[in-house]
Amino acid sequence: MAGNVLLQARKVHKSFGETEVLKGIDLDVAQGQVVSLIGASGSGKTTFLRCVNLLEEHDAGEILLDGEPVGYRMEGGRRKRLSEAAISAQRARIGMVFQQFNLFPHLTAEENVMLGLTRVLGKPKAEAREIAGHWLARVGLEARRGHYPYQLSGGQQQRVAIARAVAMQPRLLLFDEVTSALDPELVAEVLAVMQQLAESGQTMLLVSHEMLFVRDVSHHVVFMDQGRVAQAGPPAEIFGNPESERLRSFLGRFHGLFAL
Amino acid sequence: MDLQPGDFLFELWQARFSLWAGIVATVSSSALTILASTLCGTLLGLVLAYGGPIARALARLYVDVLRGIPVLVLILFTYYGLALFGINVPAFWAGVIALSAFATAHVAETLRGAVESVPAGQMEAAKAIGLRFPQRLRDVILPQALRRMLPPWVNTGLEVVKGTTLLSVIGVVELLLASQQVMARNYLIIDFYLTAGAFYLVINAAIAQLGAALERRFSYLRY
Repeated sequence: MAGNVLLQARKVHKSFGETEVLKGIDLDVAQGQVVSLIGASGSGKTTFLRCVNLLEEHDAGEILLDGEPVGYRMEGGRRKRLSEAAISAQRARIGMVFQQFNLFPHLTAEENVMLGLTRVLGKPKAEAREIAGHWLARVGLEARRGHYPYQLSGGQQQRVAIARAVAMQPRLLLFDEVTSALDPELVAEVLAVMQQLAESGQTMLLVSHEMLFVRDVSHHVVFMDQGRVAQAGPPAEIFGNPESERLRSFLGRFHGLFAL
Repeated sequence: MDLQPGDFLFELWQARFSLWAGIVATVSSSALTILASTLCGTLLGLVLAYGGPIARALARLYVDVLRGIPVLVLILFTYYGLALFGINVPAFWAGVIALSAFATAHVAETLRGAVESVPAGQMEAAKAIGLRFPQRLRDVILPQALRRMLPPWVNTGLEVVKGTTLLSVIGVVELLLASQQVMARNYLIIDFYLTAGAFYLVINAAIAQLGAALERRFSYLRY
């Protein structure tokens, strides 16, 4: 893989009780790359994203961001969990956009974006407001900066959520099925913002069921099946030459989409 | 109109200072109790929601014990029980302490419920932008939880005001005992019980209004 490797996952395992959800995931994301995870529900895509951002802790293997283990440090050959403060500092370098938007309902669009800037990055209010205005403009919502989330449509809320994540200037931006909860006619506006971000060189790791978008925007596509990476490669290869039966049948569900 | 001794209004005027002192005792003991139990209950509720296993078990024990004992028993214990150990607490303060201990348990349970009713995605979004635990509480979880706990919190406040009548048992001359002392002089039993009842209604109506005003203040908080 070309370029500087930003995120490196090696043999990542994760179980919930008896159920092993991730069975040794290997995955690299280079700086400036867009990598997409596809696969059926329950294949572990979302769990992997959540492990990267420490919303879940992986049981074994390692996840390195800029060469630094995420969530723990090695001490005498043993994993030692990082302090709450250190984990928060790592999370601040990784942005995340959620399926359900998760905007803070008691804050306006602008305040949602400003919160991390002032509290985590320690920026003065005026500067944070300026940055928030810039990013809200980038997602086409400058006029809505004083609106509360309930006053915005789903697509607008998700665009604010993207602005909130990207305003922190994260090294890596995670997208977890960010269009799945949206009405079909609102999906396009969110994808357009993501495409713009991808073109600007933002490193992105996304889970998506929007296959056309994945094909057009990704540099690298990873097909996950039952907690493993079943096939990975450039989009042309994944969509043009699916090796496994599993991938063929998965893509078959989007039949007709690729005939265009 | 000439007012004679034995007329209600005449006796009310005669009793104005006693009744006023009773109202002051009721309002001040209620206010102190609500203030203390809101502060302590919020902290204890956070322990219930986020504490480690041991801290949580202790908090749980406190809440369950205090909610399971009649307030009157708590008041008598605080006043007479502590005296047995050589700790002499003035009746007024013994009452405030007992009522606060009781109301703290209620507020704690209310806060725990409110915190846990905030969608899990809120905590995750707060983590994702790198906020630390105290910041996540202060900036994201508590503003939403406090709004959710307003109605039960107002209820607790009303219960506290009514609960202060029990302080009469240990000799605090609050509104009820003050009224009874007035009745002992003029035998206008019905009139002065009704008067006391009206004063309680006014005090509680004020608290309910305050609660409603706070709810309006936070009405922008919708999902």
